[in-house]
Amino acid sequence: MNHHTEPLYLYPIWIRIWHMTNALLCLVLIITGLSIQFSNPETVVKFNAAVSAHNVAGIILTISYAVFFIGNLFTPNGASYVIPVKGFLIRLKKQFIYYTVGIFQRQDPPFPVTEESKFNPLQQVTYVVLMYGFVPFVILSGWGLLYPEITLNSFIGFSGLDLTDLLHITAGFVISIIMCVHVYFCTIGKKPLSNFKSMINGYHESH
Amino acid sequence: MIHKANIRPAWVVLVLLLLFTLAFTLVKTSDSSTPKTVQPEQEKPTIIDLSKFKNAAENESCLKCHGQSKYTYENPESKKTVTKRMYTELVLDRNVFYVSNHREFKCTDCHSEDYSTFPHAGNLRMEAKANCIDCHGGDEKYAKFKFEQIESEFQASVHSEKHSQDFTCWMCHNAHTYKINARTNENLKETITYDNLICLNCHGDVKNYQLLTNKTKPNILQKHEWLPNQASHFTNVRCIECHAKNEDTLVVAHHVVSKSQAVRKCESCHSKNSILYASLYKYKVSEKIQKEGIILGLLTGDATSIGPDKSNTLNIISLVIFGFTLLVIIIHAVFRIKKLN
Repeated sequence: MNHHTEPLYLYPIWIRIWHMTNALLCLVLIITGLSIQFSNPETVVKFNAAVSAHNVAGIILTISYAVFFIGNLFTPNGASYVIPVKGFLIRLKKQFIYYTVGIFQRQDPPFPVTEESKFNPLQQVTYVVLMYGFVPFVILSGWGLLYPEITLNSFIGFSGLDLTDLLHITAGFVISIIMCVHVYFCTIGKKPLSNFKSMINGYHESH
Repeated sequence: MIHKANIRPAWVVLVLLLLFTLAFTLVKTSDSSTPKTVQPEQEKPTIIDLSKFKNAAENESCLKCHGQSKYTYENPESKKTVTKRMYTELVLDRNVFYVSNHREFKCTDCHSEDYSTFPHAGNLRMEAKANCIDCHGGDEKYAKFKFEQIESEFQASVHSEKHSQDFTCWMCHNAHTYKINARTNENLKETITYDNLICLNCHGDVKNYQLLTNKTKPNILQKHEWLPNQASHFTNVRCIECHAKNEDTLVVAHHVVSKSQAVRKCESCHSKNSILYASLYKYKVSEKIQKEGIILGLLTGDATSIGPDKSNTLNIISLVIFGFTLLVIIIHAVFRIKKLN
């Protein structure tokens, strides 16, 4: 272990519990979601089992999202999701170039993790779009499918239920893709497994 | 640096959520597209222009009595005018008959000429009712409706097997009122309701049910308690979808099977090879595609069964995006490992 930089205590216990719950729920939801989407009599998870598990996981995800949402309204953690508009594109470009070029030349990350800013610009924009766009959308549309009678019967000529279904699976797909990239990017730490450890013990190891 | 003055996105989302809820409630309460229930046939003032139908004038000699709930005649012995009630099942509503498929027929095309005398001879009531196949069988003009297949499916059904001679086409289809629906009605939900009401006419009404059996009528809601989202299933799926053997070739299956053979597995419908894509839904989707083109037809098709993928194109697109993401990750990882070692 490298001791010349003090590990930063960045992730309080509620964030870590929420993050772990969220990760497990997402896995369950992706697996059961795929089983429902590609349901056939031979799928590993049977349709009714997959639907029940998907519903239960979806309901827990709603609660877990509410914890995250309220936490980010009132605790310092919410500040990480505020994107300063001025010069944002330039900073985004810098981070993008680091990931595509700089990283291979052993350059230092342009926005090192500090107590004040734990997300780099690329993370910020992804997490905001994900956590305040796709996730609430997938939750709302999920409730619309769970209680089809609350869904609009028709919307601009489309069947409301069909449209909700289509948008729900599209949002679920986007979230799954982001999750894959997220897991890969987590290997870009001090050591490939450092960031995974951080989400368990709460301490971030700097480069 | 974090600009403390900036608004946290959670607040923005909260406001948006509240606005969405408000807008949704407003739209939902004014949602006019709630499926219309099929109006039960009831007596309405005559609005049909009888002069449009070539046999209407002649039919009036029957309908002057059979077109209403009472009839009047002069008793030749007492010379008194007598008014009597017409048996409900012998009453034919002109409004219903003249929009039905058989509207151009003369009563005596199917019924005996002897009915022209009153009082009708007693033996006339022994007259056999014609079944669909008696007129429609072997007719090229009606080949697309596949009456022969309907007949053989019906003969193999529990309706025919268990009730023998008592159960005829007339139990579900009255030739006086029958109007083509599944093939022509653009509103899928109305077709579903129409077809289900045919079943419910006996299975939901103990008076009709017990005409054919002495058994106690099962409570349909209780029997289907196991079905999730029961209300949704009842309004979006036809009874025959699970209770009959569906063939691709018939829009309305007639091979109704016993309850032990009914579909109970979710994935029978909620899967790629959904049985729903036979019969009505297949027909509707192909009709829609013909009318609106493939993309719009498929996207707006309201044959809903949540879950199974309906669009192969979307599957391919998502697979390509997923594959591309994985490829970029692998390339990135390989280069990182190479450069860093």
